[in-house]
Amino acid sequence: MNLTIDVSNKENTAYLTLAGEVDAFTAPKLKETILPLTREEGQTVEVDFANVDYMDSTGLGVFISALKSTKEHNSEMKLVHMQERVYRLFKITGLTEIINIESTVQGGM
Amino acid sequence: MESFDFVEVKVPAKAEYIGVVRLSISGIANRMGFTFEDIEDLKVAISEAITNAVKHAYKETGEGEITIGFGVYDNRLEVMVADHGGSFNLGEVKEDIGPYKQDDDIEELREGGFGLFLIDALMDKVEINSKYGVIVLMTKYLHETEVGQDGDQISTSQ
Repeated sequence: MNLTIDVSNKENTAYLTLAGEVDAFTAPKLKETILPLTREEGQTVEVDFANVDYMDSTGLGVFISALKSTKEHNSEMKLVHMQERVYRLFKITGLTEIINIESTVQGGM
Repeated sequence: MESFDFVEVKVPAKAEYIGVVRLSISGIANRMGFTFEDIEDLKVAISEAITNAVKHAYKETGEGEITIGFGVYDNRLEVMVADHGGSFNLGEVKEDIGPYKQDDDIEELREGGFGLFLIDALMDKVEINSKYGVIVLMTKYLHETEVGQDGDQISTSQ
């Protein structure tokens, strides 16, 4: 019931690797980590969701803030390796239309 | 009268306990025979309801308790989440819900506006009673055919 966040940098990309659950308890830490990364002009922030087992609207809120910040600071955000059930939340809320989400891991146990 | 089992869980109104309640609902729903996907939906729905209650409790006093009741029926699970605090403005809450539409401006997107919308989308029936604090009552049927996919609505019994 926790979330671990790893950050690494390579050229103009910041890689954020998440593992665990994103909810009202863990979302503040995620927001504190991702927002500063989106403030670097020209940077791409790539978030790896492969090990995110659970997420709810508090997580959606973090990525909405991050998206807004990328628009303000001329940076980019990309969400990758998302499990089907997490992707579903982006889908039903219509956020797949505005957030760059690449390839989903089917089923995802 | 229809017989059912009732399970009650009480947790402090703190975000760190939301995951504990998720484990409870996952155990109960698994025992009842819900599918893996339905259990995931239930986990999100209950977390949304508790997140709202926690935020609310925090705004009021920064402490308090949340009571969660599970009504275990043969064909459905009823979940009740009660924050025994003051009530929020229901009209305001209902105005806030809805998916993002392509013509909406990104700037207008509310970061906290999807909670109730998700509960409504993931459960078969949702009722909110704000007479004594806020009580969210949500139902999920064991067989999807009981209620149409698009038949769910938020109703209010004041």
